[in-house]
Amino acid sequence: MAQRRLRVMVAKPGLDGHDRGARVLSRCFRDAGYEVIYTGCHQTPEQIAAAAIQEDVDMVGLSCLSGAHRYLFPAVKKLLVEKGADDIVVVGGGIIPDQDFKLLYDAGITALFTPGTTLESIVEWINTNVKPR
Amino acid sequence: MEKANKIKGGDVREASRLIRNLEDSIPEAKSTIKHIFHFTGHAQVIGITGSPGAGKSTLVDGLIEWSRKKGKTVGVLAVDPTSPFTGGAILGDRIRMQRHAEDPGVFVRSLATRGSLGGLSKAVGDAIHIMDAMGKDVILVETVGTGQQEVEIINHAHTVLVVLVPGMGDEIQAIKAGIMEIADIFVINKADREGTGKLQRELMAMLDMSPIKPGGWRPPIIKIGNAFEPSEFEKGLDELTTKVLDHLEHLVKSNLIGDRVRRKTTHELNEALRAAILEPVLKVLVSTGELDRMIDQLLKKETDPYSIAEEVQKKYLQGCI
Amino acid sequence: MYFAKELLDQSSTLRKKWEDEVKRVVAKNPDQKPEPLWSTVSDLPIKRLYTPEDIKDMNFAEDISYPGQFPYIRGNQVTGYRGKFWTFRMFSGMGDAKTTNERWHLLLKEGQTGLSTAFDFPTLMGYDSDSPKARGECGKCGVAIDTLEDFMQLVDGVPMDKVTTSMTINPPATALWAMYCAAAQIRGIPLDKIGGTIQNDMLKEFIAQKTLMCPPEPSVKLISDTVEFGTKYVPRWNTISISGYHIREAGSTAVQELAFTLRDGMEYVEDVLRRKGLDIDSFAMRLSFFYNSHIDFFEEIAKLRAARRIWAKAMRDRYKAKDPRSWWMRFHTQTAGCSLTAQQPYNNVVRTATEALAAVLGGTQSLHTNSLDEVLCLPSDHAVQIALRTQQIIAEETGAANTIDPLAGSYFVEALTNEMEEQAWDYIHKIDDMGGMVSAIEKGFPQLEISDAAYKYQRQIDANEKIMIGVNKYVSEKVEPIPFLEIDDSVETEQIARLTAVKRKRDNKAVKKCLDDLKNACKKGENVMPYCIEAVKELASVQEICDVYREVFGEYRDPGLY
Repeated sequence: MAQRRLRVMVAKPGLDGHDRGARVLSRCFRDAGYEVIYTGCHQTPEQIAAAAIQEDVDMVGLSCLSGAHRYLFPAVKKLLVEKGADDIVVVGGGIIPDQDFKLLYDAGITALFTPGTTLESIVEWINTNVKPR
Repeated sequence: MEKANKIKGGDVREASRLIRNLEDSIPEAKSTIKHIFHFTGHAQVIGITGSPGAGKSTLVDGLIEWSRKKGKTVGVLAVDPTSPFTGGAILGDRIRMQRHAEDPGVFVRSLATRGSLGGLSKAVGDAIHIMDAMGKDVILVETVGTGQQEVEIINHAHTVLVVLVPGMGDEIQAIKAGIMEIADIFVINKADREGTGKLQRELMAMLDMSPIKPGGWRPPIIKIGNAFEPSEFEKGLDELTTKVLDHLEHLVKSNLIGDRVRRKTTHELNEALRAAILEPVLKVLVSTGELDRMIDQLLKKETDPYSIAEEVQKKYLQGCI
Repeated sequence: MYFAKELLDQSSTLRKKWEDEVKRVVAKNPDQKPEPLWSTVSDLPIKRLYTPEDIKDMNFAEDISYPGQFPYIRGNQVTGYRGKFWTFRMFSGMGDAKTTNERWHLLLKEGQTGLSTAFDFPTLMGYDSDSPKARGECGKCGVAIDTLEDFMQLVDGVPMDKVTTSMTINPPATALWAMYCAAAQIRGIPLDKIGGTIQNDMLKEFIAQKTLMCPPEPSVKLISDTVEFGTKYVPRWNTISISGYHIREAGSTAVQELAFTLRDGMEYVEDVLRRKGLDIDSFAMRLSFFYNSHIDFFEEIAKLRAARRIWAKAMRDRYKAKDPRSWWMRFHTQTAGCSLTAQQPYNNVVRTATEALAAVLGGTQSLHTNSLDEVLCLPSDHAVQIALRTQQIIAEETGAANTIDPLAGSYFVEALTNEMEEQAWDYIHKIDDMGGMVSAIEKGFPQLEISDAAYKYQRQIDANEKIMIGVNKYVSEKVEPIPFLEIDDSVETEQIARLTAVKRKRDNKAVKKCLDDLKNACKKGENVMPYCIEAVKELASVQEICDVYREVFGEYRDPGLY
């Protein structure tokens, strides 16, 4: 019986290894019934974009706590678009100051989740906004 | 047709999408397979199985590296278990292969079991065809690694590696439970650890008692050192890859490769027939509520499963059998 | 027995009377939440009341005793904080060396008594600012250091023979410490006059923070090199700061932090004994520790007290150290970054103050207090000042430092201390059975224990079983804007230009020779420190040194256990 299942990737771009959030989210997404591809720490935008395409995910969730999100998040989105995968939703989380939101939204990041966001609300957002393609 | 051509041209996005559609049982996906089937049968398929924590992914990573050095392109299918409670899965094998993510000659695709037993995903057979049609020279299939009953891989691979580590305690039991027969090569991973000698002796003893395999192949035991001692690891890997090539050559020389391919094809046909014949019938039985009524009848002991099966056969396959 | 039988009998009688009363009152006015939710932030169940009966099995001389006496639960110093407060040590670093040096001078002027360096991620990971992997990260989370030239600028005007400096650096610790040593020598200060700490604790990186470079085994070897070098030539330097901080930030419980940190410490001790053949009493006092002070006030105090007692017992009984100074656990504490909230950020001042007070009552020797804005960005000057003033208020206004270990003898605190110690030993023995910490890490044991705890805690927050004010209770829609410190992206270009200039002007032949010598030393298993010092003096960069390690020892990638 045909049944679409959501595939999401949780990735940590850059050099920071603080993966608490990424691991907690991976488990949470599994428990929400998604197939989660977790790529581990210290990934370059190029590696993340390539993996997202090979895995045919519906969404890439990027976690960054080092302050390098201004470069890293847009870089991932740009590479995906270049590879014709502009339909993969890119969202981000971590320590992201309000004043950077505009820059990131303009770069094509669809949503940003900052500290204090509940797991439930993230899952709810995905269920509403990310549809298996 | 256009999709099939793209895949034959090596289009990763199209290929990955098709694998997805097969996993999700999208009916149209099968028709694309029809168009590429003709172009398959060239890749060397290596299965990697063994208990969790045995270092399968790290070994796969080493095999990717080796294949690339030989100028071969690689496809990897890494299977992880689906949670029976939520239907979700964390697919983490590719973490250990991420250094190859950007290499256009390497295509890594993670699959969840989605309830299928035997250590693989239902889509794995077709996924192999897809990677094969893309022109991948080597396809590495990593099974779930529950340690037991992972025999399904034998239906897909030319060579099956069974990976063990010393000091896990239960590895020999796991072998007894069924994977002994499927091993073409045994790998003792992390062989710098205590207990390596003991594990090796136990394996040898078991091989001595096993019936000789067709063509007289005796599965060799390869020891591979800790992946973090680069020189040791590479030495073991060299030895392993030599044996993998030896095994392939043995299959070809003794004409056993024909048997393997035949087994794979038989299996595939079985699966296709099941999907084409049984599934539509089941679909009708479920949607009409007939299946539930049958189960109620059985529970009340009004009839028996065999009589029901005959009845269904008469009704739906009348005149065919 | 800790109490006379008569007292225990009395206690038992009175307790029963009290329990009857409780039943009667609770029947009428039920508690605000069910029994299991009265627990610590780490989920340790807490009783309504503690009595003499809870600590009746303690042995005064063995378990409590006096300050400066075994088991040091009451502190290492016989005079407590009266002779000297803990060191006010604020972690700082941002942008380039010059900017950080300015912040340091500001902090010293404001009454800070020790320095502490935050490096940026490329430096922490052993990459230079011009590496493709460093894109977007340069100077963002700390100071960017590529060569000794940057380092000389960093310590410019810092009295290196008077102020102690802590450097939070792990895989490239040998390179950065070599720079500190070289800088001192160039300024004419002998190595036995400089003091400070390098974090240099790789085990907790594999477990928690994932600042990774080489595999566990050679990583521990490099650490043993520094212990040996320090013992011989830089005796005032703490060559490892065995850290529970990051383990806790990764989501562990307090007991896990305690157990994994101490077991890490034991692993280093065992490696130095085995590999270097040093006498335990020659290096044990150079090992220091670093703990987190989280929001659960009494749990943190109990944890720090238990830590001292466990370490004293381990050093005396397990490793047979004879010198009482080897039994001391000396430690730095930082308030918990993960307890701070982005919502209503000014509340963070209160959290940090509470956590700092717990650290002081737990007897810390050194303290960093987080700034209220650290959950959002690098701390601003004003936020840092408030954080430092928090420590100064605790030290000089509250009276908390008047008397030593004021909570000793509290039925609750002693019982909690005992319980945490017991649970920590259970973990320690479990890891012993796995063949030690390196092999437990290879099996993923501590990583998965922490992941489980982190996930459980997040679920509890989501279910309102644990409370974070402003996040899941007393939430306010109003956003309080706070001033923001941002590192300009131009830092990266300027730093790269500086590095390029250094590489152009230095003697590249001499650099290559130093790096070749270092490579040979690595291959032969010699102590790398003298070679590192030579290399940095020739202006070899952090990455050039680390590339040697990566080449010889292999590169470790996160196995990504979840």
